[in-house]
Amino acid sequence: MQQPNRLKPFFENINFEREDNTMTVNFGPQHPSAHGQLRLVLELQGEEVVRSRPMIGYLHRGMEKMAENMIYNEFLPTTDRMDYIAATSNNYGYALAIEQLLGIEAPRRAEIIRTMLLELNRITSHLFWLATHALDVGAMSIFLYCFREREYAMDLIEAYCGARLTHSAVRIGGVPLDLPRDWCADVLSFLEVLEEQIGIYEGLLTENRIWKMRLENIGVITPEMAKSWGCSGIALRGSGIKWDLRKEMPYGLYPELEFDVPVSYTNDSYGRYKICMAEMRESSKILKQLVPMYFESKIELMAHAPNYISAPKEQIMTQNYSLMQHFVLVTQGMRPPVGEVYVATESPKGELGYYVVSDGNPYAYRLKMRTPSFQHTAILEEILVGLQLADVVTIIGNLNIVFGEIDR
Amino acid sequence: MRQYKNKDNVQRQAYYSDRFFVGPQVPRYDIASDDIFSKDLAEFREKVNVLDAFIEHTHLVLWIEKDNLFKAAELLKTELEYDMLIELSAIDYLATKDGFELFYEFLSLSKHKRVRIKCFIQKEEKVESLTSLFKSANWSEREMYDMFGVKIVNHPNMKRIIMPDDWYDHPLRKTYPLQGDEAASWYEVDKIFGKDARDIIGPEQRDPAAIDRYDTTRFARLGHEVPFGMDVSQFEPETPISYEEESGNTLVKKLKPEESVVLKRRK
Amino acid sequence: MAQHKINYLQDSGTAVKLTAIDKLVNFGRSNSLWPMTYGLACCAIEMMATGASRYDFDRFGTIFRASPRQSDVLVIAGTLTKKHAEFMRRLYDQMPDPKWVISMGSCANTGGMFNTYATVQGADRVIPVDIYLPGCAPRPETLQYALMTLQKKIRSESIFRAHKKKRLV
Repeated sequence: MQQPNRLKPFFENINFEREDNTMTVNFGPQHPSAHGQLRLVLELQGEEVVRSRPMIGYLHRGMEKMAENMIYNEFLPTTDRMDYIAATSNNYGYALAIEQLLGIEAPRRAEIIRTMLLELNRITSHLFWLATHALDVGAMSIFLYCFREREYAMDLIEAYCGARLTHSAVRIGGVPLDLPRDWCADVLSFLEVLEEQIGIYEGLLTENRIWKMRLENIGVITPEMAKSWGCSGIALRGSGIKWDLRKEMPYGLYPELEFDVPVSYTNDSYGRYKICMAEMRESSKILKQLVPMYFESKIELMAHAPNYISAPKEQIMTQNYSLMQHFVLVTQGMRPPVGEVYVATESPKGELGYYVVSDGNPYAYRLKMRTPSFQHTAILEEILVGLQLADVVTIIGNLNIVFGEIDR
Repeated sequence: MRQYKNKDNVQRQAYYSDRFFVGPQVPRYDIASDDIFSKDLAEFREKVNVLDAFIEHTHLVLWIEKDNLFKAAELLKTELEYDMLIELSAIDYLATKDGFELFYEFLSLSKHKRVRIKCFIQKEEKVESLTSLFKSANWSEREMYDMFGVKIVNHPNMKRIIMPDDWYDHPLRKTYPLQGDEAASWYEVDKIFGKDARDIIGPEQRDPAAIDRYDTTRFARLGHEVPFGMDVSQFEPETPISYEEESGNTLVKKLKPEESVVLKRRK
Repeated sequence: MAQHKINYLQDSGTAVKLTAIDKLVNFGRSNSLWPMTYGLACCAIEMMATGASRYDFDRFGTIFRASPRQSDVLVIAGTLTKKHAEFMRRLYDQMPDPKWVISMGSCANTGGMFNTYATVQGADRVIPVDIYLPGCAPRPETLQYALMTLQKKIRSESIFRAHKKKRLV
């Protein structure tokens, strides 16, 4: 028998007697289309949304407070869990922020490996976006196709660092591991398959009458609205503002790589969909450029900064001072310079920024993570008004929000 | 008497510090080194009083008084083309300076530059909301209130956003322990079952190194669990992994581990 | 995770002899477990990957149902926070008997790496759990194995008196 408990019966969400005759529907924290734990309280006039109040916080795990209690290296795997679909992009953002705080640069091969992982993550993130978005809108087989491609990408990442989903494959100062043998060949064969499959998905969806009807003119974000609400990434480029941090304020290897930034001027969900598909092709272009660069680079994986970063393993095992320094860095942690930095990178969802306040201690005094999905969910207060209930699902899927990022 | 432990900062402390170590600083540059920033700063100074200004790691950092915050944001948006408010939050300096340092990050899409506005407020002071200028401030300010308790005026919907509505205290303050205080540790039990169930459910298990001696560490040994009270100090009985019960099922084909094949390459 | 307070000999009685009816009903129950789509965080992605084409979950007879009223198994995939605990209990209460719970991943087992103020230290503080599945995030093969173990557990219980769960609430 059920244990009796204090939770009230389940009908208190729906008000049957209201003067203005709207129905309040709780698009609850558990919903197959809510992409995580979004509680959206909608007031509906028939099928049309009159007012929407998104409520978040159901996945708040206290990451910012954890950062104040863990040393910098220790916190890196926790950043994985923010945007858990493209985990390396969070790791890289954090590592880049700390490296800029320290004033060091990762060596070239490490940068190449990191960029390869970043672009692979971008591909997996966009595939996942397409899969869930299509599933919500109703095209369920795209979910299975995209996950199949995703599995190949995750095989590659697993061959590199051992983890499929939450790969802490990046360290402050570089990467810990070199690429396995034949990894680059596998990446190239994956990209061939991927480009063919993206062509198939575009063929299935782009000119599809149902897809167009569901996505065109839905979720219109005007450029002023996008800038005011702090949108970034695809939401901003979908409104005609050609802003990609990899091109405009470049970091890492991006100044040397050639790629385009797709923009859409239609301001609606269909434009954002097209941008996503185009971005996957751009990512595969970048990966193809990176593979020959890898073979020409010198074998050096971690930056040389004895104050902050441990020596390579061969040195630790043979040299005494390296061992001592490694011991101190692992147990106490490194002491970075005093000051504040804000470093933003372009994650697949938008502008992911880390604001680090350091007072010289081995752990941050304050770490604020500026995540793109936070503002993209805030914008739901405004764009959902005036649309039908079915469009709500489309927009939530289209805006590419991840709850690990929002609630941290 | 109990020993008095200062609870102003219950965060982790560095347990060793070198007496003569002088740490470096994140590099700061003179404003004159950057044209765009020097022009912006000159225009800014005409309207708003600037307490301090410098360039810290690619950002122009401006210290202002808290009353000028709205005017400064308006100036940045309308005249200086910094039209995106990227982030805003607070830093807790209650123990050392008895106040919060607020920071606001702005980005200019046309100039490709970032500006940070910083101001210092005392614990009880109220800050003006920037929601009428930048809508992204809406949720960010709610989060700042939720996490730090910074009071904000003229906000359309000032409620807790990340913690539950009836949460006690503001989590990101330094006085709030990482693992939560008394109210936090019983929150879900009180909410769902009521205070009486606290004894039945028991306190939270927060020790990451805790081992339940009588619990079998082998998760799948169904039907072969170690009974409560049995002495496990010498050895634990050997139990094989099996996917099905011994007798099998008449309708389902029995899985034989010997017949499984190891693939050399994933298909 | 909950403290191990169950004396298997006393609480469940002696080993139950299963009759043919028991075996038939258990066969039916175990081979058509319908989980509820309850993905909370990162483990949800692995659950979705398990349901996708490479690690097909459908061959176990599972169909992911959105409504708790139509599901048998609750796979808690992800971190349970204190704000959400109330809703999870509600959903669990709404599920009709017989129901089982698989707690997937470290966060649902014990609170995981998030030893903080906002995380429930283990879903079994709030609901009774049958199978605990370790990992962060556990591989899809692990989730499949958990389901197979749950099937084995279901087949070993009598239809009227289920195994006593570790959590007493």
